[in-house]
Order: sequence, then C-alpha cells, then structure tokens
Amino acid sequence: MKNDPLSLIYTQRRGVMQQEKFLEMKNINKRYGGVHALKNVDFSLDRGEVHCLVGENGSGKSTLIKVISGVETPSPDSRITIKGEILKGLTPIQSVEKGIQVIYQDLSLFPNLSVSENVSISDYHAGNLRFIKRKDMKKKALETMRKIDVSIDPDKLVRELPIAQKQVVAIVRALATDAELLIMDEPTASLSKHEIDELLKLIKTLQKNGITIVFVSHKLDEITSISDKVTVLRDGVKIGTYDAAELDDKKIAYLMTGEEFENEKGKVKKEFENKILEIDGLGRKRNYRDISFSLHKGEILGITGLIGSGRTELALTLFGMNRQDSGSIKLNGTEVSFKSNFDAIQAGIAYVPEDRLSEGLILPQPISNNIVLGILDKLVNRANILNMSNKEEIAAKWIKNIGVKTSNPENAVDTLSGGNQQKVVVSKWLATNPDVLILDNPTVGVDIAAKHGIYKIMREFTKKNLGIILISDEVAEVYQNSDRILIMSKGRIVEEVYPCEITEKELNEKILRGDINGQTA
Amino acid sequence: MDKLLKKNEFYLGLILFALILFLSVSSDQFLTPGNLLELFTSYSFLGIMSAGMLIVLISGGLDLSFTAIATISQYAMATIIINHGGNIFTAFLIGSSVGLGLGLVNALLIHFIKAHPMIITIATLNVFNGLLMFFSKGKWIYNFPMWFSEPHDIMIFENAQGDIFPITLPLFLFIVVFIIVGIFLKHTMLGRKIYAFGGNREATRRLGFNTLGLTLFIYGFMGLLAGFGSVSQALIIQTVAPNAIVGKELDVIAAVVLGGASLAGGTGTILGTFMGVALVAIISNAVILLGIPSYWYQIFLGAIIVVSVSVTALNHRKNLKKEAEIDVA
Repeated sequence: MKNDPLSLIYTQRRGVMQQEKFLEMKNINKRYGGVHALKNVDFSLDRGEVHCLVGENGSGKSTLIKVISGVETPSPDSRITIKGEILKGLTPIQSVEKGIQVIYQDLSLFPNLSVSENVSISDYHAGNLRFIKRKDMKKKALETMRKIDVSIDPDKLVRELPIAQKQVVAIVRALATDAELLIMDEPTASLSKHEIDELLKLIKTLQKNGITIVFVSHKLDEITSISDKVTVLRDGVKIGTYDAAELDDKKIAYLMTGEEFENEKGKVKKEFENKILEIDGLGRKRNYRDISFSLHKGEILGITGLIGSGRTELALTLFGMNRQDSGSIKLNGTEVSFKSNFDAIQAGIAYVPEDRLSEGLILPQPISNNIVLGILDKLVNRANILNMSNKEEIAAKWIKNIGVKTSNPENAVDTLSGGNQQKVVVSKWLATNPDVLILDNPTVGVDIAAKHGIYKIMREFTKKNLGIILISDEVAEVYQNSDRILIMSKGRIVEEVYPCEITEKELNEKILRGDINGQTA
Repeated sequence: MDKLLKKNEFYLGLILFALILFLSVSSDQFLTPGNLLELFTSYSFLGIMSAGMLIVLISGGLDLSFTAIATISQYAMATIIINHGGNIFTAFLIGSSVGLGLGLVNALLIHFIKAHPMIITIATLNVFNGLLMFFSKGKWIYNFPMWFSEPHDIMIFENAQGDIFPITLPLFLFIVVFIIVGIFLKHTMLGRKIYAFGGNREATRRLGFNTLGLTLFIYGFMGLLAGFGSVSQALIIQTVAPNAIVGKELDVIAAVVLGGASLAGGTGTILGTFMGVALVAIISNAVILLGIPSYWYQIFLGAIIVVSVSVTALNHRKNLKKEAEIDVA
C-alpha cells in the first residue's frame, strides 16, 4: 500500500473521508523581525481541489507555503490541522510524512542524474554504504509515470530534457513519495503556451486521482481555467477566498493591489507615418524565412505564435546576434548590416531578453550599476574615469521614472522582486536612447501590478517616438498592448491583424489556425 | 552508438589508443611489460590521489592542500616508524589517520565558513606547509627500518628469458583503491548523494541530506587517500623530502579533469580518471623514451587539456544550437 499513494487515495475518496478537509489553518501569524509577513491568515483546502494562490511579490504567498511545508514555524497562537490532526510545531519531515510536497520554481532537480534516480532520490535517506537498486528505481519511475499518463525515458539525464519535461519529472518525484498535496510555485513561469496547456491537463489528471493542488500563478487564463478556488493575499493579509468562476482579470488585479488598472486597447486603427525599421525578405536557414514587415515611430508591433515559430530567432537577428542568410534590414531608411549586437546597439536597437536573470542583469551588482551599464561610455570624463555623481543622478532618474520599488539604488538587483528586476532591465535599455526596443516575453514571472507598470512604460515611450516590437506567448498581452500584430508559425509570418478589428478569442483562433496551416504548407 | 559518441571516455580511449600505437611503433621499449609495470608503479601515488580528487570534483568542490597533507602524513609516518618501530600496516594506518585528520580540518572550515573551497584550501595549503617546515626543519629522511626498505611485491611473473616482472604493493594498492572508489561512486547511496550534492547543492539541502556529513566525508576521504598514497610513495622512493610532493596539485587535477570530471561539479567517472592518469603517465614516459627535452611534457599536457576542454565545450554548444532549430515550413 505504501508504495501506491494513488490507490490509497482512491479508497479514501470512496469512503467517508472524502468530506474531510485536507488542511485547515487558523489564525496564522508570522513575523520576520519587524516585518509582519502573515497576519491572522485562515486557509483551508478540501481534498482533491485545485486552489490557486495569488498575490504580489511580498504578499506572503511564499511564507504561507513555507508554513505549510514546515520550513517556517508560525507564532504559537496559530493552529494547523492536517487530515484532522492538530499539529503543533509542524516540521519539514512531518509535513512530508503527511503527504505534502512542494515543487519550487527552480524544481530542485539534479541535472546530472537520470530521471529515475531523480524520482527515487529521497530513498537515499535509508543509508550511506547501502547499494542502490537501479532496476527498482526505474520500475518506480515508470509505474508512477504510467499512473498519470506521461512517459519520459527514465534513463535520460534530467539535463537533457526540455524544461516542460523537467517539470513533469518534479511532479513524478513528488507523487513517488506518496504526495497527497502538491504545492506548485509558479510552475508555468518558464513554459510556452503549448507546454502550459499540457501541464494544466496533467494537473486535471492529478486532481482526478485525488491529489490536492495549490497552484501559485500570475496568469489569469490559467487561474480561471484550472482552479476551483482562488485565495488572494496582499501585504500578509488574506483578502479572501473566491470561486474561480466569479473572478476576472480586472477583479483579481484589483484584489491583489487595491488599485484599478485600465486596459488601454486602442479602439481605432492608428495611422503611423514614419517607418523606422523595414524588413524585406529576411531568411535564415532552420530559423525563419520570407520575413517582411515594417515598424513605425511610436508603434507597438506585437509578434506572437506558438513556441518554435522563430520569433526569438528573428529578434536576435534584428539585434545583430543571429545573422540572416538572405534579405535586408533598413533602419531609418538606410540598409544596415550588423556584425554583432554592439553594432545594433550603436545603431539604436535595444533588446530585452526573455531570460532576464541570465541575460539581462548582473544580479549581485547594485541597481544603479545595472541601469547605466549600456551607457558607460557616456559617463566617463576626459581621463576615462567614471563620473560617479553623474551615474547616481541618471540611475535615480530612471528609478523614479520607471517606478522601480527600492529603498536604495545601491542595493543589489537580486534583492528586488521579479517585476522590479524587469523594470531595471527595461530602464537599462531605454537609457541607451534607442529608436527600436524589442521586448521578448517581458512579463514572464512578473506580478500583475508590475506587469501593468511595464505596459504603462511602453505606452509612454511610444509617445516619444520609440518603436516597440513586443514578442509574447501571452495572447492577452499582445492583444491589449499592440497597435498591430504579426502571427508567426514555423518560421514564417502567416497573418497580420489589427487588435481593434478583432476580438481576443478570434486572435487566439488565428494563432492556432496559423500553426495548422503552417504544418500543412 | 549515439550514447557512446557522447561519452568523454570514448574520445579519451581513442587518444590513448592512438598514443599507444604511435609509441609502440616509434620505440621498442614502450610496449614491454617491464616498462609498463614500472611506469604505473611510479604513477600509483598520483593515481591514488586522483581518486580522492575525483570525489572532490564530483561534489562541486576543490582541494589544493592535499599535497601538503600528503607530505605531513609522510613525515609523521616516517618519524614514528623510525623512532618507535612498527610494521607495514601501522605505517599505512599512521599515514592515513594523519591525512584523514587534516582533511577533516578542511571540511569543517569549508562547511562553516562557506567560502569557496579553493580559497580555504589555498589557505590551509600554506598553513600545513608552514607547520611542516617548522617541525621538520626541512630535513630529509632516509634511514628507514629494514622491513620498510625491502621490496614489497604482491606477485612476481617470470618470462622464458628469466626476466622478472613484479606487481609491487603500491601498484596493487592503486588498483584496489580505484576498484573500491569506482564501486562506491556508482553503486552506494553515499556515492550517489555526492553526485547529487555536486549537481544541485540547494536541492540536496532541501531534501534534508546531511551536508556537513557529506563535506566531512568528501574532504576527509581526500585527506585519507593523500596520507595513504604518501606511504605508498615512500615505499617506492625510500626518502621523505619536504618539497617532493607539494607542487603536484595541478598534475592531479589535470589528470582528473582530462578524465572528464567537470570543475563545475556533478560529473566524472573512475574509468575516465584512470584514463586521465594513464594519459599523463604515458606522455611523460614518451618524452623520456623518445629522448625529447622534458619541457615538451608540459607543452603536450597543456595542449591536450585545451583540446579536451574545447571538445566538451563544442559539444555543449552544438546541443544548445540544436534547441534553437525550427523546422521552417
């Protein structure tokens, strides 16, 4: 029985225990020094429900998860009941024994070990000089995968898997340790649209198997499509628990932040006159082909399409990092040929990469240093020495204009939340005073308030004649913010649409259709 | 086959094979049992230490102080057996214990200070070395007891011409250590935990594995093997000198890295390490047999490391490129 959590839960579901709450938390308080991270929070989970946890960074989501997993101990007046048993001073080991497993955003996998070894790694607690049984580990991995209807080669190294499959391995590992409650911290942050759909399907399967799921996410369509209940936290206080059906984007944003956000989708087709960028017949082997479009001053051009459509590769070409085989790029009327991204930056093109952590920021360095990184050559005096006061002034200006939330610009960037980090990257590039700004999935892992902050920045700068190319997986994001949208599929532009002329649903259908057409073409 | 091509050992094997082929054609002394046995006996000490280094590198750590540990262990062993007597077992016991003790000092510093192991072990290298000079006054030791100086052969082969080929104790121990470490790394839970530790440190901690225990084992075992190997080394050269071993750190690390272990941690196998040691040994032998000036040894070794690292890096880059490919319609 012990090795078979799912059948155990099946039998429990059939019996009276189905009515029982899996987890009940009352009056949870947690202080870190002077910070009141959780204030009198009540939280409960029914068996087999999918419960979404939303809130801005610093709202207390992570602390709540840490309390459930026993990593943090709440103040003594807090009460935690798991499966009907009151637990004083819940420890991490107790939490695991009760069937609670947390899948962190970084997945906690071992890239250098095989899938089956990752799944069975906690068995190594049994000893040190004992021999491992590779056959048993493989069997366990295969059996657990079969139960949730997934299949990954158990002998493959985790390092060799795409991120979506790594996620599945993390889930399989949790299930293999008899998990009954699975807590997933932003599991979709680094997945493409298609992969997210697969994951959501998998979560439904888990739910059918009686697993309770807590799901942290910033993406509204996921929240509403998958969850039964949604709990909103703000500044350590629980705002409320809602049925997912009664919420929409605006309402969640309001509950999370206490502020109203406007969607500024243009109702009329704007006319633009001055072309900044003209792309003609651009092609690159194994990346994209026949790409022709232009970008105007002050325009936001959305580019969307399913993963593998060649969007990022195209963006890298415009940024001088992925030379085209054929076709031409004209910038402000003259043809350009970039040998490297240095040339592109000099010519006035800026690129905010999708992976800000590894490609956009120097994490341990101060915010101010990161902001001025692109314009260091303009900050030196005649002796080629950096002018510090000038640097501070510029950094302070950007922090204020862009709205980076920080007490001190000399703090390291990694002390900031994801949304604020992204604002720093955007500031860095805007500081170079570009003509064209390319944003590649700019709001991945960014909370709703910061997201709208970034949209606002985009709109403000288009008024100053900046041309923006917005690449995104999130259909709503492109739809709400772009003046014009190019749909890409299999390396080609399959359609050009104006958001003011169609609905979001129609756009979604066009993207899917584009993919099918692309495949048959 | 695809899997084979990905393996570092495969390429290393090819290089070794080519080198052996070349040497057996260009020198009639190379591929003789006598030469090979002598060569591997003299490289047994470096080999034993590289087994320890392999574990350290897999765990994502580094140890630069093990040569000083080996020297101290050698001095302690020699001083005690000369002044108080003993036998071959006590000699190995003393060397190993002193090495283990000093290795544990490294482990504690690394675990609790949480600085990079390279910095910590550069510091301890200097401290150990300084203390050694203080206590030994830099004196060499030759006057080993008779039982220590006589040959220690495990087996002796004889050919038709009456030439004898001994399997010496150091060579035997080298092989035994490699077999034990190989089984340990591949099949025991502790061995696998060390791979996990090197692959994702934070995840190891979250799983609740005892990271202090792991660190103590990793650096303690490195120290133990350095001490153990140093006794084996003393058996071969019958002298103990304060500066005979220190400075060889990079040879050991080079052999292990050549064998496919990554300085970033998480990868490395005993077979690869054996091939790495063999490569280093054979290159040094080739230089002697072919009568090439000895600095060519360093140039060859350096060049091979560059080539081997580039192949790994190229493979990595190729894999990255693959991900970016799109089947354009």
